[in-house]
Amino acid sequence: MMRSLPIILCAGLCSGAFAQESPNLGVPADPEEVAAWDIDIGPDGAGLPPGAGTALEGEAVYAIQCLTCHGPEGNGQLNDVLVGGHGSLTNPAPVKTIGSFWPYATTIFDYIRRSMPYLTPRTLSDDEIYALTAYLLYLNGIIAEDEAMDAQTLPAVVMPNRDNFILAYP
Amino acid sequence: MQGAFMANRKSASGRNPRNPEQVAGNGLLHRRLFLTRGAAALGAGSLGLLTAARAQELSPWMRIPGAPMTGHGSRARYEDHIQRLTTSAPGTDGSGGSRTPLEALEGMITPSGLHFERHHSGVPDIDPDAHRLLIHGLVDRALFFDMDMLSRYPMVSRIQFIECSGNSRLTGLAPEPVSGTCGELHGLVSCSEWTGVPLSILLDEAGLDPSAHWILAEGADAAAMTRSVPLAKAMDDALLAIYQNGERLRPENGYPVRLFLPGYEGNMSVKWLRRIKVTAAPMMTREETSKYTDLLPDGRSLMFTFPMDVKSVITSPSPGLELAGPGLYQISGMAWSGLGRVARVEVSADGGASWAEAALSAPVLDKAVTRFRMAWRWNGAPAVIMSRAVDETGAVQPTRDAIIAAKGVNFAYHYNGIQAWRVDANGQVANIHV
Ligand code: HEC
Repeated sequence: MMRSLPIILCAGLCSGAFAQESPNLGVPADPEEVAAWDIDIGPDGAGLPPGAGTALEGEAVYAIQCLTCHGPEGNGQLNDVLVGGHGSLTNPAPVKTIGSFWPYATTIFDYIRRSMPYLTPRTLSDDEIYALTAYLLYLNGIIAEDEAMDAQTLPAVVMPNRDNFILAYP
Repeated sequence: MQGAFMANRKSASGRNPRNPEQVAGNGLLHRRLFLTRGAAALGAGSLGLLTAARAQELSPWMRIPGAPMTGHGSRARYEDHIQRLTTSAPGTDGSGGSRTPLEALEGMITPSGLHFERHHSGVPDIDPDAHRLLIHGLVDRALFFDMDMLSRYPMVSRIQFIECSGNSRLTGLAPEPVSGTCGELHGLVSCSEWTGVPLSILLDEAGLDPSAHWILAEGADAAAMTRSVPLAKAMDDALLAIYQNGERLRPENGYPVRLFLPGYEGNMSVKWLRRIKVTAAPMMTREETSKYTDLLPDGRSLMFTFPMDVKSVITSPSPGLELAGPGLYQISGMAWSGLGRVARVEVSADGGASWAEAALSAPVLDKAVTRFRMAWRWNGAPAVIMSRAVDETGAVQPTRDAIIAAKGVNFAYHYNGIQAWRVDANGQVANIHV
């Protein structure tokens, strides 16, 4: 009897269904609904949509959609600087940009798609976002001007600062 | 501000018959002073004011009935100048933050209207009836919840702090001390009672896949802000907070529902929570790569530095709260740790040459702000006051020098160095580096 007590406790606490008193009110979501909500891009490229774009195409979109806030060639005249800072991370005033700091190219697509342009997010097409991503990678000297970014090529881009992160967790 | 200190003025004369024992250099007095002998000591000091009040005409507010009852109260109009300090990225008004005026507050709870803010695209105006939370990814069944459903789940309440991990760097990592009030320098920390549904209940209901190790949390703001959170934290003490200080969340704190991760850097407690995706690995979002990574002197960066370390700051006296003249004062401050309870706080009035233990105001709670107080007889000479917190894990709040020696000046997040205030002979208080 004495010994069985902890086992009973564990059965109650550790098996999912009995773990907590749940009224179980969640309504099942069907895959189409989930797909419409889920806009995440993983560092391995999971979630990247069809479509493609080059830096040349991106330059035109940038001029209309981004330039007023991020400056010519992403120089950060007004808001965040998007280009440069290479080799500056050990300087007294490091410049952290997509090119000098970001470890994953996929994050550029994910972030532009969810948050930019600042005043009108979620208005760009996937082709435009690929093109802008290509343009920012090109300005940072990471890809060539005519290199198309798509679901295959983008996750294959190796960012210059990729190996300089130390995981504090786990 | 000065008023708080006025009552103590007369006790400077040294006519106080009691002579509380000194516990550390430059006038720090035993912490029991305010608890046991405090009444006597302060009583003598307030005599002057009391006499003035007696001589006064009957106050106007005693001659006619006051204002009627109201459906929702507001603070005294004399307090309206107590405001958060807001800043935003150029050309925007919603990409930035606001800081809690710590120097104007007491106790452990931050009034909801003064809780600090940090937004990436303003405060969304969310209709709670239209809000949905989706849980999906590596689960047996993807589930939608609305606010009515969430309200029927068992809830828990906890008093806990939240701190932006960029807090205090403004002065701590600057070569020269930055002038500003305590709130301007350290006001990205606040403490509330949070009530909500343990996230583990909902994840259990969705059924976790064995390959699940992280979750991604997404907000319903125009930035659709996302952060990856370890599943272990999500299952341990993560809350879907719906109430703050007894009322529904304020819009700027995530109405109608936010993630709340006790002790972790504030950015991870995603507000306006609309989606949780259970994943095998972190998603490497902008907020956990471009931001919230700690750049070290060798050019490498620490990633996933989640807990906020032990920290404290004296809120009074502090810049802007001048001392009215030599005499007995109460040093008051706040201490907190993302690792657990505050074990003790030590105060120095001689620039760190000697320290004495401050009184902690009950309750001292896990990952909550703890108020500390210390009696100090200021002799009118320039003095440097500072506080140092120790938490229950034994972690000691480090000096600024020790932090910079270990991590440089570019890490930008998780700065928890000891803050020193210099009191000059006029009673003016200024921020200094020690
Ligand atoms: C109205 C001004 C505005 C416009 C237009 C704008 N942005 Fe931004 N952008 C911002 C602000 C403000 C931030 C910082 C947001 C925050 O963190 O709160 C930002 C941040 C960014 C970042 C993150 C930088 C970093 O280092 O973390 C990227 C990338 C970016 N913008 C790309 C774009 C692109 C591409 C466009 C055009 C499609 C664009 N932005 C249009 C204002 C703007």
